[in-house]
Amino acid sequence: MQSSPLTTALRLSLPVLFGYLPLGMAFGVLFSTQLDYAWWFAPLMGLVIYAGAGQILAVSLLLASTGLIEVFIAMLVLNARHVFYGLSLLDAFAGAGWRKPYLIFGLTDETYSLLTSRPRTRNKALEQQVDFLITLCNQIYWILGCALGAWLGRTLIFDSTGIDFALVALFIVLCIEQYKALQSHFAIWAGAIAALVAALLFPASQQLLIAITLVVVALFWQYPSRKHLYTAINQDQQHER
Amino acid sequence: MNGDTFYLLSFILAAAAATFLTRLLPFAFLGRQRNHPLVQHLGRYLPAGIMALLVVIFLLRSGNWQAPVLGMDALGPALLVVILHLWKRNALLSLMAGTLSYMLIQQLVITV
Repeated sequence: MQSSPLTTALRLSLPVLFGYLPLGMAFGVLFSTQLDYAWWFAPLMGLVIYAGAGQILAVSLLLASTGLIEVFIAMLVLNARHVFYGLSLLDAFAGAGWRKPYLIFGLTDETYSLLTSRPRTRNKALEQQVDFLITLCNQIYWILGCALGAWLGRTLIFDSTGIDFALVALFIVLCIEQYKALQSHFAIWAGAIAALVAALLFPASQQLLIAITLVVVALFWQYPSRKHLYTAINQDQQHER
Repeated sequence: MNGDTFYLLSFILAAAAATFLTRLLPFAFLGRQRNHPLVQHLGRYLPAGIMALLVVIFLLRSGNWQAPVLGMDALGPALLVVILHLWKRNALLSLMAGTLSYMLIQQLVITV
């Protein structure tokens, strides 16, 4: 059945709604209860910065009136893992035109997970349209969460404790899909072991970056044994052209 | 505009620039290298590795690892997601069941 790009994007991004609303709200509540700024600065940060952990760190940096250079460096270090995300999407985003800057801007953990796990047809323009809409939906959920949290403050309507498990469940589902799609499961085991090592030996703020770096190192180590597969793929592609 | 608002706005711009920069770097430097075998290798297997490590790190943070729970409050719902997904392969069903069971455990069992 052929569904419209927007329907596809809404269906695929729905789990992120359940994760981003409560997480954005957590940030919003923190923002409005700790700081003395107007509530709408919280969704503005969701619009312009768009980084979960980054924005939560930003609240404590704002409280301490941190210098701008320090802020820049802290954000760079906290978000350093994103440097690796683009690697998997270089080809998918190539030639995306006006959509490309936004696709890159919106590459959060969750958007990356959705975009790298979904099936793709050969119709690149259409797929980039879907990628764009998924990215846009995700950011709208996030901004909504930031706004709701900051606006409602502490007067929350219902007990949503634990609803953010939706993101854990999403990562599990996507991990199973990756497991089924790939012939080699080396990367999955490398990721799980790297996470355990990082979680046991390092503080929470550094665990993601350390674990991702360990996975990259493991993939570099694995590369020589699989190099021949890629040159073969390239030659095939050249024959097709 | 008072000084406080000016500080907040420059703060937001600095944070946004740094965040965007981290996401932009691979596209800025490796865009032309995308057919290089090493870039292909990393690009192909990184998502699986990153998904696995996100699962482990987030699970560790979601659970209560003190005795006698030993993380079962998070591992139980996680196992439910795995079983349901392997059985039905319906992403939304797996997610809803996992999240709802986790919420129930956190809100009812833990507080009692």
